[in-house]
Amino acid sequence: MKNKKKSGLRRLGNDLRKYSDAYMMVIPVVIFYLLFCYKPMYGILIAFKDYSPAAGIWDSDWTSSYGFQHFIDFFQSYYFTRILKNTLVISISSIIFGFPAPILLALLLNELKNEKFKRVTQTISYMPHFISMVVVCSMVQLFTSNKGFITYLLSFLGGPDCSLLTRPNYFVPIYVLSGIWQGIGWDAIIYLAALTGIDQELYEAARIDGAGRWKQTLHVTLPGISGTVIIMLLLRLGNVMNVGFEKIILLYNEGIYETADVISTFVYRKGLQDFQWGYSAAVGIFNSVINFVVVMVFNKISRKVSDVSLW
Amino acid sequence: MQNKKKITPYRVFSVFNVIFMLLLILVTAYPVYYIVIASFSDPGALSRHVGLLWMPMKPYTLSAYEMVFRNPRIITGLLNTLFVLGTGLLINLTLTMLGAFFLTIKGPMLKNAIALMIIFTMYFSGGMIPGYLNIRDLKLLDTLWALVLPGAVSTANLIIMKSGFQSIPDSLIESARLDGGSYLQILLRVMIPLSKATIAVMVLYYGVGHWNAWFNASIYLRDSDKFPLQLVVRNILKLAGSSAMASGAGMDEMAQMAELIKYALIVVTTTPILVLYPFLQKYFVKGVMVGAIKG
Repeated sequence: MKNKKKSGLRRLGNDLRKYSDAYMMVIPVVIFYLLFCYKPMYGILIAFKDYSPAAGIWDSDWTSSYGFQHFIDFFQSYYFTRILKNTLVISISSIIFGFPAPILLALLLNELKNEKFKRVTQTISYMPHFISMVVVCSMVQLFTSNKGFITYLLSFLGGPDCSLLTRPNYFVPIYVLSGIWQGIGWDAIIYLAALTGIDQELYEAARIDGAGRWKQTLHVTLPGISGTVIIMLLLRLGNVMNVGFEKIILLYNEGIYETADVISTFVYRKGLQDFQWGYSAAVGIFNSVINFVVVMVFNKISRKVSDVSLW
Repeated sequence: MQNKKKITPYRVFSVFNVIFMLLLILVTAYPVYYIVIASFSDPGALSRHVGLLWMPMKPYTLSAYEMVFRNPRIITGLLNTLFVLGTGLLINLTLTMLGAFFLTIKGPMLKNAIALMIIFTMYFSGGMIPGYLNIRDLKLLDTLWALVLPGAVSTANLIIMKSGFQSIPDSLIESARLDGGSYLQILLRVMIPLSKATIAVMVLYYGVGHWNAWFNASIYLRDSDKFPLQLVVRNILKLAGSSAMASGAGMDEMAQMAELIKYALIVVTTTPILVLYPFLQKYFVKGVMVGAIKG
């Protein structure tokens, strides 16, 4: 036993010597990860403490209930069900409406005969991806304000003539639709790549068997991209608890918290505006833990379904 | 003339498909077009206008742009963003390439451990508050380094870079090793010259990220002289936004001008990227594919 350990250490020593210049190169990268990714993980302790700035994280007292008081407070608060529900509603509606959109776009782009027209359409469709969140959200605000053209167009369909972002029931549609606007072209790239990867001989064979365009789409195209679709869907589902908080912080206002406030925006307000660090960190941990579990579950499913895991 | 084309269901579909694409182009481009033409419009006429707009409203004016470029906050914001962009990219590229190259070297015993350490961070992080406290403890609050260092390496980008390096044959690394080259020399003389396309993807991804970033600045910075462009823009738009929401017909000239400045500001901050991205297409399409498959 002892011998084995010793030879292991010796092997490591030899390895470090042999690859010393490789290790030297990776040291800055390791330092970065330790300092900016792993050191904050130690800060998670604050969620279990009654943090006092004078004492620091380590020497602050543990909260009652064996350190879990912040978690208990959160679970018992009025906000718990609200932000959990909003997170899931926003995320799941984004998946239901936002996930199929780029697939459909890729299939339709693929049917365009004119290469130049196809390229121009594609280039324009990428554009919103490059516009900053700050600008996209202020555009949304301008166009859905009481004088904005979206409000104007909706008023013909019986919409209100006030700013749509002051109405709680308009928030989720605005969030989801603007998300599709931002992402549809960019997200279609991966499916277009999958489409070009389909063996052209399969189409040839289907044609010989008398399949029309529709049948070819059904029996060759769709099976050809199904692997990519499944992986992308699993990736997306794995992130179901991750709602982009930047966009919500830029769009929401106190009047619509009942539909717009999600876990991450709640963490932001409690922690960085009200300075309840311990409580806010506890809510954040609750989110990360669920997230981690969900990712693991979907990774496992993906490994079973398609032999392709996410790593 | 005589061979009149037969109407098949697929032809009908093709026509509708083209119409759909034209609609898609309209829906994608119109909001941006609206902002551009609004920024040249007469502020008074614009504030009275409701609904769609196809041409700038006369008399055309450049006064909003003049005010944008005369605003010292916007100029300092631009300089801060350029600083973050420059130093940020330098650090991003250096660390990302070092990390990615290490993960492509065959042999080191600790390689898997380091790879695991890197990948784990994609699935778990301390979260917003511990991250903030960390920046505070490192005495980086209210410095521009707080915008550069926490995002020095993006793990997703590192993985893209690694697949770029992995597409280079091992035999090249091995023969350079046998010739007595150090790994650093191999990286500089073999890997980098052969990975220009992937490096272009890195520059694009990190660069767009720096240009568009505002959130970290909003929580890490107090001193408004250090704000990057997007945060300056955000604050101006937020101020103007609350006044525009409240009033309609009674807007005085100041408020009308503030409205116009918003449009001009959006145009100014977005133009650099919108001008560049069409030329970089072939690079980023490649990056998306590698990222999605390996990431």
